Amino acid sequence: MATTTSAAAQRQTGTDAIIQCVGVHKWYGEFHVLKDINLSVRKGERIVVCGPSGSGKSTLIRCINRLEEHQRGQIIVDGIELTNNLKNIELVRREVGMVFQHFNLFPHLTVLENCTLAPIWVRRQPKAEAEATAMKYLERVQIASQANKFPGQLSGGQQQRVAIARSLCMSPKIMLFDEPTSALDPEMVKEVLDVMIGLAETGMTMLCVTHEMGFAKSVADRVIFMDRGEIVEQNTPDEFFTNPRSERTRLFLSQILSH
Amino acid sequence: MTSESGGAGRGAHSGFTLSINDPTVRAVVFQVLIIGAVVLLGWWLVHNTLDNLARRSIATGFGFLEREASFGIGESMIDYHPRDSYGRAFLVGVLNTLKVSVIGIIVATVIGTLVGIARLSSNWLLAKLASLYVEVVRNVPPLLQLFVWYAVITESMPSVREAFNPLPGVFLSQRGIKIPVPESDPVWNWMIVALLVGVAAAIAMTRWARARQARTGQPFPVGLASLGLIFGMPLLTWLVGGAPTAMDVPRVQGFNFVGGATMSPEFFAILFGLSIYTAGFIAEVVRSGIVAVNWGQTEAARSLGLSSGNTLRLVVLPQALRVIVPPLTSQYLNLTKNSSLALAIGYPDLVSIANTTINQTGQSIEGVAMIMGTYLTISLGISLFMNWYNKRIALVER
Amino acid sequence: MTENVQHAGSLPDERPPITVVGPIAWVRNNLFNTWYNALLTISIIWLLYKIIPGLLSWLVINAHGFSAPVQECRADYSGACWSFVSEKLRFILFGTFPYDEQWRPLLTIMIFIGLLAASCDKRFWKPWFLAVWAGGLALVSALMWGGVLGLTYVENSLWGGLPLTIILSVVGLAVAFPMSILLALGRRSNLPGIKAVSVAYIELIRGVPLISLLFMASVMLPLFLPNGVTIDKLVRAQVAFILFAAAYMAEAIRGGLQAIPKGQYEAADGLGLGYWLKMRKIILPQALAIAIPPLVNTFISFFKDTSLVIIIGLYDLLGTAKAALTDPTWRGFYKEAYLFIGLIYWVFCFFMSKYSQWLEKDLNRARRR
Repeated sequence: MATTTSAAAQRQTGTDAIIQCVGVHKWYGEFHVLKDINLSVRKGERIVVCGPSGSGKSTLIRCINRLEEHQRGQIIVDGIELTNNLKNIELVRREVGMVFQHFNLFPHLTVLENCTLAPIWVRRQPKAEAEATAMKYLERVQIASQANKFPGQLSGGQQQRVAIARSLCMSPKIMLFDEPTSALDPEMVKEVLDVMIGLAETGMTMLCVTHEMGFAKSVADRVIFMDRGEIVEQNTPDEFFTNPRSERTRLFLSQILSH
Repeated sequence: MTSESGGAGRGAHSGFTLSINDPTVRAVVFQVLIIGAVVLLGWWLVHNTLDNLARRSIATGFGFLEREASFGIGESMIDYHPRDSYGRAFLVGVLNTLKVSVIGIIVATVIGTLVGIARLSSNWLLAKLASLYVEVVRNVPPLLQLFVWYAVITESMPSVREAFNPLPGVFLSQRGIKIPVPESDPVWNWMIVALLVGVAAAIAMTRWARARQARTGQPFPVGLASLGLIFGMPLLTWLVGGAPTAMDVPRVQGFNFVGGATMSPEFFAILFGLSIYTAGFIAEVVRSGIVAVNWGQTEAARSLGLSSGNTLRLVVLPQALRVIVPPLTSQYLNLTKNSSLALAIGYPDLVSIANTTINQTGQSIEGVAMIMGTYLTISLGISLFMNWYNKRIALVER
Repeated sequence: MTENVQHAGSLPDERPPITVVGPIAWVRNNLFNTWYNALLTISIIWLLYKIIPGLLSWLVINAHGFSAPVQECRADYSGACWSFVSEKLRFILFGTFPYDEQWRPLLTIMIFIGLLAASCDKRFWKPWFLAVWAGGLALVSALMWGGVLGLTYVENSLWGGLPLTIILSVVGLAVAFPMSILLALGRRSNLPGIKAVSVAYIELIRGVPLISLLFMASVMLPLFLPNGVTIDKLVRAQVAFILFAAAYMAEAIRGGLQAIPKGQYEAADGLGLGYWLKMRKIILPQALAIAIPPLVNTFISFFKDTSLVIIIGLYDLLGTAKAALTDPTWRGFYKEAYLFIGLIYWVFCFFMSKYSQWLEKDLNRARRR
């Protein structure tokens, strides 16, 4: 056990970190939503972030592609520090894919157009090339047959798979998942999780905010537990689930695993 | 379940017995009664009208349109003389209505869009100022606003001799606004041709740019290049044509101006009154259209790395326009209908010319029918366009 | 070991830095968050600095008081001449109503405002409140016309000003309301004949400007009626307003009908209710509740549109103000006149529109619950 923890500690301070948060604080008005967050993510690492609602976990990953601004501390993604520099923000966003709770597909574009929009306008790919890439990823999320439909014609699970494919089309180095299954009907959760597990197997760096503990156990390298804006505990899934250290973690796990 | 089809549940279809309890029979009887009543009312009105007309010995029909109008019209887009017919006078009115409506729609759209966006600005002061504009303008009758604008010109502006001269050649006075116009020169005609060529070239270039981007992935600054073509072509023509600069500058002669172009106080009041009033409503339409696009759409686009300009152009606007266009068209229709308020300040629109015609000829039915017919044609045209547009842009849903 | 458990206890909430909350943060985030917003803020402040002092000095500082003689106003135009308003107040508000009897239109205005204000309260949305309205209208007719209870008779050609504006809009609304319900139901009807008649009426009226309807009422209505029957100008204008309002209100109600879920119709059918019973007991109460905010908006535009009667020679609020300006002694004080009546119109419309916005939010909240 001692070896795992020291290895984890070494990982955190290692220089191969692709995401590094140092002493990050954020406030919404008077509300202190992120408190002194220190986090370092290796390339290829799969991290699950969990915690009660309002604990700041979504805010944390939204800070990583600067959909939210942090007010103190440093966030460095792929060697670029996130500041008010718009160019840097756009550079980071190209490399960081994001999947939202409510999919946020563009309803006025077909599935294929959803996937090719950013490659064409951001990566400046020729249309045919962008479409070929898009079809490859749509194939991978098993939705290629729906490529010419509009998002409104698909089920929630299908839409979320399209959203994942849309992010992958930008060939990101990091994928952020913000509660990707919590807006889905129960029978659709599995199809999305299967896609995410498949993605994990390719070696993608992933940061997932989710309550799917099964997913955390089978895929994650590390589980992070947040509560009231701070990281309370982080550990390997085995340790995290069998031997939680903090009282708050234990309480949370007992609530979430009881049903 | 099939109650919609009428009486299936009761087995009334077993025979041909017609009963008043059969919904089908009821429906027919009810409709016959209503339509009969409408027809009867119509017949009664027509009967009374014919009777009254005969009593006053007024001839019906549109024959009067060919008679000499013998009244002058202050401003006209086509040649008109009091010796011309009522028909031509009416045409002048229709054109004047269209003129003020079209220019008004453009001005109102520009102001309304700016104010609508300003209301959403992150600049608190600007947002509050825009709200103030909307709340003031929408809650005061448009007719009162017209009177105010008209009074501003006719009562607060100086007389012709003391005309306010803010820019060289521009005069503001009780007689309206005078601006210099270029003296006629064949180059001006060629510039119009060049403008059209520029528009055509811009369209062709947009197509080419799209095809090239699809092929190579390289985007092309279409907007800037289009602007360059559309404005550059006429400019080039002007330079090649010897760059004529002779202007017809208005100047005071006696009690009035000579030369230049005029915007009459009436036209000014109706144009700005209507535009500013309607812009208040358009601002709300634009604002709610933009707000209607979920913030998640912007976040998704930004997280894909799209720039804020491309996010607006490719993601937000196409969706906002779906929400904006239907109520926007109805505001355009309102502006067109409200242009009939011109009558109150003496701008010769179609209603005011029809009014004069009715007063002179007594052909009130024909006059009112012509007003209504013209407006109904415009309304119908706009509704048809709307239906076509709505079908074209409707989101496909399950 | 302890490195994994980064913090054993909860970190204390810190006060946000000065860049997040507080007046400095507010100014920075709302006025100077980008360079162009800073530029905008500065130019707006400069503009306000140019406009507001001049406006204030005209409105207040240099203005001539309510009892200033007209000569004083004429001597110095740098300030508003409020004595115009006090001098013409009663004419603008009540028109040519006999001077000594003007408490009657004043009372009328107050009754209407009271009724309108009470109607804003949902507790009064009960059938019995219709009786209150009917009583109020009867009282108003008695006050305005007189001829009963020892009041002298005042013919309606002498009515003018604010009571006329309110009467035209409120009476128009009241009479058009039942018509508009029938039209809306007709437009949603399965019977093609009924539907065609309703659609034709609604689209015809909505397709033409109000002025043409006023024209029709003023020049054509006399021709429509049998020989010898005449009706006065006010009634003619009122007829035009009713025809006009019915079409627009029908569209507002149609919106409410469309918002009722199909299940409600099916449930009513399932109970075996006939068409009229179904509409009266199930559909209309819900549809009308939804339609109230758009109906209030219709009423606002309708209230503004009453000013158009000036074109057929009636003196509503705008008409009396314009007439007051033709007095040779007081000629030219149009700013004061228009500002005064503009303020009256604005107060009415602004509060009604705020009410309709509030109501809409309130109804949405109630439906979501």
